Amino acid sequence: MAGGGLGSLNSLPKHYGYMAALWAGLPAFFLFLAWLALEGHYIQSMVVGSLPAEIQAMSDDEIGLYYNQLVGYAQGSVDRSMLNEDQIAAANNYQQLVAKGQAMKFLLVGSLAVLGGMLATIRVSPELRARNHVENIFKWILFSCSFIAVLTTLGIVLSVLFEAIRFFQVITISDFLLGLQWSPQMAIRADQVGASGSFGFVPLLVGTLLISFVAMFIAVPIGLMSAIYLSEYASRRFRAITKPVLEILAGVPTVVYGFFAALTVAPFIRDLGESLGLTVASESALAAGLVMGIMIIPFVMSLSDDIISAVPDSMREASLGMGATMNETIRKVLMPAALPGIVGGILLAVSRAIGETMIVVMAAGLSAKLTVNPLEAVTTITVQIVTLLVGDQEFDSPKTLAAFALGLVLFFVTLSLNVIALYVVRKYREQYD
Amino acid sequence: MQGSEKINAPQLMAHGAVPNEAVGLDIHAHSDVSDYETTGKPFVDNAKMSARNVNVFYGEKRAIMDVSLDIGENEVIAMIGPSGCGKSTFLRSLNRMNDIIPICKVKGDVFLDGENIYAGNQDTVLLRARVGMVFQKPNPFPKSIYENVAYGPRIHGLAHSKAELDEIVEKSLRRASLWDEVKDVLDQPGTGLSGGQQQRLCIARAIAVSPEVILMDEPCSALDPIATARIEELIDELKERFTIAIVTHSMQQAARVSQRTAYFHLGKLIEVGDTKQVFTMPAHELTENYITGRFG
Repeated sequence: MAGGGLGSLNSLPKHYGYMAALWAGLPAFFLFLAWLALEGHYIQSMVVGSLPAEIQAMSDDEIGLYYNQLVGYAQGSVDRSMLNEDQIAAANNYQQLVAKGQAMKFLLVGSLAVLGGMLATIRVSPELRARNHVENIFKWILFSCSFIAVLTTLGIVLSVLFEAIRFFQVITISDFLLGLQWSPQMAIRADQVGASGSFGFVPLLVGTLLISFVAMFIAVPIGLMSAIYLSEYASRRFRAITKPVLEILAGVPTVVYGFFAALTVAPFIRDLGESLGLTVASESALAAGLVMGIMIIPFVMSLSDDIISAVPDSMREASLGMGATMNETIRKVLMPAALPGIVGGILLAVSRAIGETMIVVMAAGLSAKLTVNPLEAVTTITVQIVTLLVGDQEFDSPKTLAAFALGLVLFFVTLSLNVIALYVVRKYREQYD
Repeated sequence: MQGSEKINAPQLMAHGAVPNEAVGLDIHAHSDVSDYETTGKPFVDNAKMSARNVNVFYGEKRAIMDVSLDIGENEVIAMIGPSGCGKSTFLRSLNRMNDIIPICKVKGDVFLDGENIYAGNQDTVLLRARVGMVFQKPNPFPKSIYENVAYGPRIHGLAHSKAELDEIVEKSLRRASLWDEVKDVLDQPGTGLSGGQQQRLCIARAIAVSPEVILMDEPCSALDPIATARIEELIDELKERFTIAIVTHSMQQAARVSQRTAYFHLGKLIEVGDTKQVFTMPAHELTENYITGRFG
């Protein structure tokens, strides 16, 4: 450092330190990950390659089993008596390879770390823009994290999509989307009785919409009104207590709501209906929807509260200053100004209701009846997905694959609701910013 | 309420203490540091509104101290003073807009045509219809220009037919000298107008309910000089029909539009007088310092 002291450095000393640490750590870390990912395959191909020819001629599944046995023996979880001589030889081979790999792994990773650190240290000079360098590295670390999230989502969608395509090779799309009957029991053996599966999706959709409608019928008025009360009327203290309490309501696990619905609300509604001379199913859409509505209240309230509070105070002052009452101000100024945002929030709540599973699994029925009477038992898309996938299933029968088709439809319904909601909310935001 | 108060304004002690018998006001309970009375002529014969011993508290903090002031019929009174002196707070106590702020408490009396607006049986709805307000930042509703002006007449039920309402809207926009600019775009959103037009729209909205007094809280502070000049012209025309109290940061504006000027300092009303007199021969040293630009 020719004469300048710390001031002549391009960056703070710590940035040079960060840079060296990142250079030492990151490449070595990635090498380690890559090694872990590839090691298993490599060792397997080495071991299998050294097996006798007649064994290599077996099918992939059989080789896999054979190989798993010898690996199990090498790791001590499979007894020797289950293996033949060839396998034991291969197992020894496997053990040697693993030990060698272990040693090489640590050697390589360690030397890469040292090398990286050294490279960075050699480059250190007053002119080195270490600060920008470090900033850049952090930017890329953050980027790759968000990229992982996107990739995962894409992976889920694609896997559901491919399974759904397999389903639609058996059942046509029009049968699925337009069929009015849902009974997914398929004959597994040719001589089985009474089981010609029919995969009409309409009753599930109607059931889902019916329960969601009941839920929104409860949640929207109560949530919206309490939001108005909280944001416009409530004292600061009341608000400080009430808001967290309602947010606790949002934190109750849905399974708890589920048995509350199944064990408390549903029997109550049935008894009430009977005392009025109505026939109410013990697992009625009304009970499930009611409890789901209660679950969604805090969601609607919290969103609406944020949106109403976001209307500038100058609007309230303008209206109150004209001699309008609080009520008139809310109805004629605040609500119209906040409406797009509230609609967006409600759409988000609807997509939550449609995707909700635990409550309906426990409180709604299983019979796919095409009805809009909330006193009868209906079933929903999510309930059917659960029942299709629970228990022992063949993963290539249409019955199981139907779950993926349902999942795909559900995904598209909630996705489009979310897109509409985000669009509406964004449009609203432009008004005041 | 005056017994134990602490004034954190040493200046007041330095110049204060004007004999109060000329004013004829009951101030016997004042303690020594606050033993100070407004200089000049706070009271007039034809008072439209009269504030008497008005104190405003924000929680524990006392923002306005014993302000007594008359606002004469059809006059424009300007309230000036450095930032935080309480002039806006005082203005807002004249139509009880301070009621909106939860921690804000007003003590004292304000009379409108001899009736105490803080009396228990008074209704803020009727009060604010009679004492309208124009705010610092233009705040039209995100509705059409027509709906903005029609808002007040609608909530107060002033129009019995569409034609009547149209007439009120046109008349108000004409009085706010905005009609010619917007008569063809009445269905366009009011938020789409320019800043100066928005402020005139807000004035039109305020006068649409035919108030008797209009309170203006720095109505030009967000506007450019040309828009400001138009608003000032408008104020000049409006004083034919309305009583106007205007808070302003601009001394030139106060000098141009008002007949009387009130100078506030740290929550106290220091001096009131005819505008010409206040600006040419201020009686109080604080007023003089402010007007000559020594602080503020």
